Amino acid sequence: MSALEPLLSVEDLQVAFKTQDGFVPAVRGVSFDVYPGETIAIVGESGSGKSTTAHAIINLLPGSGRITGGKVLFEGRDLSQLKRGEMEAVRGKEIGLVPQDPMNSLNPVHRIGFQVEETIRANGLATSKRDVRKRAVEVLKEAGLADADQRLRQFPHEFSGGMRQRVLIGIGLSSHPKLVIADEPTSALDVTVQKKILDHLEHLTAERGTAVIFITHDLGLAAERAENLVVMHRGKIVESGPAREILQNPRHPYTKRLVSAAPSLASQRIQAAAATGAPIGSVEVEGEEPTLSLLTVAERAAEASVDAPPVIEFRDVTKVFKIRTGGPRSIPFTAVDKVSFQVPKGSTMALVGESGSGKSTAAKLLLRLEDITSGTIHVDGKDITELGKQELLALRRKMQPVFQDPYGSLDPLHNIGNTIAEPLNVHRVGDAKTRKARVLEVLDQVALPQTVLARYPNELSGGQRQRVAIARALALKPEIVVLDEAVSALDVLVQAQVLNLLAELQSELGLTYLFITHDLAVVRVIADHVSVMQQGKIVEQATVGEVFDNPKTAYTRELLAAIPGVDIPLGA
Amino acid sequence: MLWYIVRRLLQGIPVFFGSTFIIFSMVFLTPGNPVLRMFGDRTPAPEQVAALEEKFHLNEPFLTRYFLYLGDILQGNLGTTYAGQSVNEILARTFPTTLRLALLAVIIQLVIGVLVGLISGLRKGGIFDNVSLLVTLLIISMPVFVLAFVAQWIFGIQLGWFRPTVGAGAPWSDLILPAIVLAGLNMAYVVRLTRASVIETSQNDFVRMAYGKGLSRGRVIPVHILRNSMIPVTTNLAADFGILIVGATVTEGIFNVPGVGNELFKAINRGDTPEIVSIVTILVIVYVLVNIAIDVLYGVLDPRIRYVK
Amino acid sequence: MSSKNPVRTAPHYVAEVDEGGLGAVDAVRVSDRKSNLWLDAWRDLRGRWMFWVSAVIILFIVFVALFPGALTQVPPNDNCILSVKTQDQADALGVPIGTRISDHGPLPGHPLGFTKQGCDVFSRIVHGTGTSLSVGIIVTVLVAVMGIVIGAFAGYFGGWLDSFLMRLGDIFFAIPYILAAVVIMSLFLHDRNIWIISLAIGFFSWPSTARILRSEVLRVRNLDYVMASESIGLSKFRTMFMHVLPNSIAPVIIISTVGLAGAITAEATLSFLGVGLPNNIYMSWGNDISAAQTSLRTAPQTLIYPSIALSVTVLAFIMLGETVRDALDPKARATR
Repeated sequence: MSALEPLLSVEDLQVAFKTQDGFVPAVRGVSFDVYPGETIAIVGESGSGKSTTAHAIINLLPGSGRITGGKVLFEGRDLSQLKRGEMEAVRGKEIGLVPQDPMNSLNPVHRIGFQVEETIRANGLATSKRDVRKRAVEVLKEAGLADADQRLRQFPHEFSGGMRQRVLIGIGLSSHPKLVIADEPTSALDVTVQKKILDHLEHLTAERGTAVIFITHDLGLAAERAENLVVMHRGKIVESGPAREILQNPRHPYTKRLVSAAPSLASQRIQAAAATGAPIGSVEVEGEEPTLSLLTVAERAAEASVDAPPVIEFRDVTKVFKIRTGGPRSIPFTAVDKVSFQVPKGSTMALVGESGSGKSTAAKLLLRLEDITSGTIHVDGKDITELGKQELLALRRKMQPVFQDPYGSLDPLHNIGNTIAEPLNVHRVGDAKTRKARVLEVLDQVALPQTVLARYPNELSGGQRQRVAIARALALKPEIVVLDEAVSALDVLVQAQVLNLLAELQSELGLTYLFITHDLAVVRVIADHVSVMQQGKIVEQATVGEVFDNPKTAYTRELLAAIPGVDIPLGA
Repeated sequence: MLWYIVRRLLQGIPVFFGSTFIIFSMVFLTPGNPVLRMFGDRTPAPEQVAALEEKFHLNEPFLTRYFLYLGDILQGNLGTTYAGQSVNEILARTFPTTLRLALLAVIIQLVIGVLVGLISGLRKGGIFDNVSLLVTLLIISMPVFVLAFVAQWIFGIQLGWFRPTVGAGAPWSDLILPAIVLAGLNMAYVVRLTRASVIETSQNDFVRMAYGKGLSRGRVIPVHILRNSMIPVTTNLAADFGILIVGATVTEGIFNVPGVGNELFKAINRGDTPEIVSIVTILVIVYVLVNIAIDVLYGVLDPRIRYVK
Repeated sequence: MSSKNPVRTAPHYVAEVDEGGLGAVDAVRVSDRKSNLWLDAWRDLRGRWMFWVSAVIILFIVFVALFPGALTQVPPNDNCILSVKTQDQADALGVPIGTRISDHGPLPGHPLGFTKQGCDVFSRIVHGTGTSLSVGIIVTVLVAVMGIVIGAFAGYFGGWLDSFLMRLGDIFFAIPYILAAVVIMSLFLHDRNIWIISLAIGFFSWPSTARILRSEVLRVRNLDYVMASESIGLSKFRTMFMHVLPNSIAPVIIISTVGLAGAITAEATLSFLGVGLPNNIYMSWGNDISAAQTSLRTAPQTLIYPSIALSVTVLAFIMLGETVRDALDPKARATR
């Protein structure tokens, strides 16, 4: 094995996108090797150029992208110089692709069988009609779909996300390629599904000695799945090498920040940043040393808050929706099923669950955006389902939401100042002057400069928008903030920043949080109590420490095991 | 799929009743006695008026009259013109010609429109694309009668390639020029819609995956790009058909094609309200049926919509 | 860790820390220009030649419509003569007595020649501008108001109101609006005017606008900022007016600009069919084109010039619609 040659050798790769202002570089001199049978992960935040690098290798850049320099040597041939026909012969047969978004990567108008079979024919794996069909069944079976014969006749929309990704893995590996490019193959899936799919992919590729380039934004996931890492930032490689070594001993400042900010790698709850003397505002200063680690100060005494009276109390709360089917009738669907929990004042309750678990519906019930079917919700001892118009308005003043989508949570046509002032105007708080002062005050609390007041949301980044949303929520000095997946869409560094901000505001203002999330890793750093939801029911409820150290139900254990990188021991 | 078709047909029922009711109301709720209107500037004898009022059930209550009118239509009795001709006979005589003209126009519009749109979309920003955008813009800006006159003048009179008006029996060769004119506007829309749709489809992840799994361009373009781009083009056929009906009226009038549109054109010029209403009612019913057929076709093309909603 | 056996030990590479590479996480770049949908759209419009061409043509059309007298002193309808009979007429036109003026070509002071009735083509075109534009504007406003009200209510309040309004839309949509207008206009034989023809065209063309606005409202209604506003206590009506409608209106603006062109075409088509505006009271390009049909072989100018005026007007509004669409709809821009 001494004369081992790399299977793929990327040398000084440059990629640029054509825009109105000329070519904008996206990948700037990237070099790495992939040896036969090894798994290498390219890690980076959005915009780091990791996916672009992957697409450049098999020459599938979007229309405006061009390889402007460097070589992509695959078994000694420079792929960037191949003619179209030659490249088509390499794709699928020599280099397989497992794409990013299973929901959109299968053509919705063709049956699954058709899409598997055309791959088999295109790569010359079988020619006769019967052989092609036989091979297609095999492909689906290998991908882990049991009733493959049936499945071939179905359309993609009849499949769940996980099943679609299995089909795509089957297609990508169908001709036993030497290299597979897996481009964020599970970022759209629930964690438990993610784990199963990745285990399966790993099993198949290990069995066949397939090399894998694994693209991901999740450092923990990358370290768990690959021997070697390539960390990218702004189109360049900042650090590369053995996964464990990088995680335990990151040397580049950017990698250090990534490692310390990754919630899946952190272990304990954030304490108020103020306690460490690192003001949040410092992140604004260009070039300053990073202060963004999820501060793992000694776990806060959760018992203290247990004694406080519950601010929010759910009692047997049930919500039934009527789902319209294609047929003449509608069927009832219980989204939230007899859910009970209490949130003590000044603490954080996390509602955790996978998609469809009913956690967001629970939040909407609390916010009175949906009507409850049965049960009661008390806020400050008052039943909120029986409020008059005035009382409801008073409740809304006490309780403010922050939603998930940083691009959808602010009205694009209102400037930041008006957005933050809106709750003050609705509730007619003070006069114009005091409102203005309050807006400036909360802006300061979320560490945004006054210059953003006249700006519009599309001028801000996702993290900044979420901070504006938090500022708006704080404007009325609420007691309760409902955070519905409020940090889920953010890149890891920005996510850490917002989490720190939330923790600091809580300790400063005595806020009570209801924190809705699918990400157990985040729960550990922000919550005091956890309620794990599955199919509308709460399956486990305890303090964060208990849930993580001593999970009682199988489902919680499964969720915990699925947190990527959870077993990786970290260095100092 | 069956349930989907049944649902579409059921949805067509209120549309049928609603649209016929609206046409009926427009005619009979208009101020002035419709019988007197029939005579234009002449003054009929009172007994003549009474007889006609009796014949048209004008003394019955409004809703009764509507159902009588509906019954007549459903039984295929479309009444007579002022001149006493049976509208049924007129339609039987003229419909086949219009059908041939419309068929020719739809074929031209789809074949040329989709082809040009596809090439434009695949070569976005190229010379072909820019020229086709410009030409379609010009066509869209020209009302159909202007287009008809321009075509008649250039190809019929100046160049003499076609006969400027259609001869007896309306042979296929004479129908080509009117069909091109009739197809023109919709063709421009089809080009633009296909182009936009091809560009949008090409950016989909499944197209990238199709290339990624090793398919050649010769397969990806027809099977994954064009096939999916046809969905919005099909949906839009309904609106196209509305334009086609109006266009046929004008085109047949100008080129003297002996079709339904020409008959309507003449009826309008004569001010023959009963004939106008009968023909319009029939055209609306045809339009509703074509819409249902297009919806079913849409369901065939896009498996998703057969299930959801 | 991966279940595979490592095939090699990769070297641990660390890049140099470059100057611009890192910096602060998520710093606010305050030097940028202000930007939101409308500002961006305006910047985009400003840079397009098609926008300026269409804007100049439209401004010119509006000017002609408001002040036809600025372009021609010749009356469009009076003093039309089939042939020159008196010496005065002969002097004025510079041709001998007995010359046929009907369908005559250009003469001094009459740059585009004469119609079959012997009226000045140029003057009729100039005076017809106002008719076309008025009908276009009235129809567009009517359709936009009906479409917005119906679409917004259906989309925002949903439920049975939505079902009812949309079925109603289906019914109106099932009648091609020009056919409906033909029926209406053939019923109003004696008192046709600009308002009647605008109503006839507009009353059956609102469903498209309503559908587009409805689907846009449905999209916006589910966005987080709408939920956020409701949950801070903003009433449903105020949420609709402050957040939902302003964010749903762009497609209506696009369709209205193109619809204005459609309304002008519709008026001309109805006039061409003979159920348009009465020829003795209103100048209408459609009427003139219709009247000129019989002279296509002998005097094509009587047909061609009004056709050009009509097409250029329609073209200007369609071009404006296209540029506005590109400016307002990022998806459309991507397909450019």
